[in-house]
Amino acid sequence: MRKIRFVKDKTVRHFMLGIGVFTILFLLVIGFSLFFKALPIMKEKSLWVLLTSANWRPFKGDFGFLPYIISTVYVSLIAIIIALPLSILTSIFLNSYASRGIRRLFGPVVDLLSGIPPVIYGVWGTITIVPLISNKIAPGFVEFSTGYTVLAGGIVLAIMIIPLLISILVEVFRAIPKEITDASLSMGATRWQTVKKVILRKSFPGIIAATVLALSRAFGETMAVLMVCGNIAQIPHSFFDACYPLPALIANNYGEMLSMPGYESALMFAAFLLFIIVVLFNGLSRFTLNQIEKKYQFS
Amino acid sequence: MKYLEERIFKIIMIGAAMIIMGVLVYIIGTVFYKGLPSLTWEMITKIPGGGFYLGKEGGVLNAIAGSIFLITGALFISMIISVPLVMYINFYLPARSVFSSIIRFSLDILFGVPSIVYGAFGFALMVYMGIKASLLGGIITVAMLIMPIMMRSLDEVTRLLPRDLPDALLSLGSTKYEMSKVLLRQLMPGIVTAILLAVGRGIGDAATVLFTAGYTDNIPTSFGQPAATLPLSIFFQLGSPVAEVQNRAYASAVILTVIILILSFSARYFSSKFLKNRS
Repeated sequence: MRKIRFVKDKTVRHFMLGIGVFTILFLLVIGFSLFFKALPIMKEKSLWVLLTSANWRPFKGDFGFLPYIISTVYVSLIAIIIALPLSILTSIFLNSYASRGIRRLFGPVVDLLSGIPPVIYGVWGTITIVPLISNKIAPGFVEFSTGYTVLAGGIVLAIMIIPLLISILVEVFRAIPKEITDASLSMGATRWQTVKKVILRKSFPGIIAATVLALSRAFGETMAVLMVCGNIAQIPHSFFDACYPLPALIANNYGEMLSMPGYESALMFAAFLLFIIVVLFNGLSRFTLNQIEKKYQFS
Repeated sequence: MKYLEERIFKIIMIGAAMIIMGVLVYIIGTVFYKGLPSLTWEMITKIPGGGFYLGKEGGVLNAIAGSIFLITGALFISMIISVPLVMYINFYLPARSVFSSIIRFSLDILFGVPSIVYGAFGFALMVYMGIKASLLGGIITVAMLIMPIMMRSLDEVTRLLPRDLPDALLSLGSTKYEMSKVLLRQLMPGIVTAILLAVGRGIGDAATVLFTAGYTDNIPTSFGQPAATLPLSIFFQLGSPVAEVQNRAYASAVILTVIILILSFSARYFSSKFLKNRS
């Protein structure tokens, strides 16, 4: 009877170990299978041409990803520029100013913002942001804009990454030892001076890590961006041009991709590119954040 | 001077927080305002009839049912993997083992992988295994998407368990497997929270199922059939030039938003319950 218990324990332990190894390998499996799917196109064209050519004519076998890459970068940068100040200010407010009640009220707000599906953001974007840009904002700058623009994508994305930013930043700010801020406050500094001179400086690596993480989330966001960006394969010249980010490219063309030989491989190349960038960014920032957390826990 | 600065920045910060709250209210408000007038009983109880996409009768039951089937399957798969794994890294491995930190690190990265990449990978996998766009394909892909989410929240609640509880069990002579079973019961509200979070994320994601689950007007009856999903249904209806169909897209968006609201609030409820038990 006793033996069975231990056999059970051992079996379960091996099973669990197997799952653990599988999870670690899973990342590699995704990477390699996307890589092999993308291999045909990489053999045909040099990596340099794929990344820097703006020539996108799948029917003729021209696959230049530059418009998509630039679109992705623009949209994500706008999103960060809008979201970062808002998130930093809000997190500082929650961390050093707000009462417990307000902090508790903000929990569900962040939860819901991160819980709302991309499609809903897309619907909201097309109902509100797109007409706003087309009717109100764009006429001040350019002749005509449909509203389905880089700017619309950036704004919608900004709202989508805010919850991620806030939840990480709050942790980062909380990791600053209370003694340091107390020391500053007791020297007669106001709260804001403490924030400016102590908290923001101390948490600089954390803020950078959070930004990189949010940026990588923005790179990969598909549905919402697809619905508000206009999806025209061009290099956008202003905020009021339509653009076509990489994830939208993949999502929009899945139907046709089997009918043309090079096409599937090209789209898989896009997915591979996205995967590599996101994994790199995530890895770096997670590493930094873990480091911060460790310092906080054992100090 | 410094007090003036203090004041100004405090106002700016409150402003930022208000903007974020305002946007949330604005989003939910807009969706409800646009969608509620077109939301009828028929929408949630009927599958698309003939001429549905021209604005005639029918509802989106196909998508609701498809989404539910899909998420149930995906949840099942991801539970089988994530629950034992969390038990393993928290109870079996020593507290600061390298292996468990590698697992956590790779899960963190998997968590950040965009859903469209999972979609593309799932599609590649299905082509390799010879599965067509179907309920099964969708389930596998969504399971990949929600697995890291479940893992993370499970891991978080498990780490909150009082340290002496496992020690007490072990000192009574239980094996680690028996210990895990007991602790699992203790963790129940936390597990429910993790499930609700994962379901919320999985049910709202469109990019993963776009390639893998296909789309159909019927309710799928087997794993091999394609399945419609709510987010895709919204997306396709919104793309229609017919105003009535677009209105229905807004109504479907209300349905999805309500589902998400319910999931999110009950997740919060269960997690607060868990925290209450702890102290």
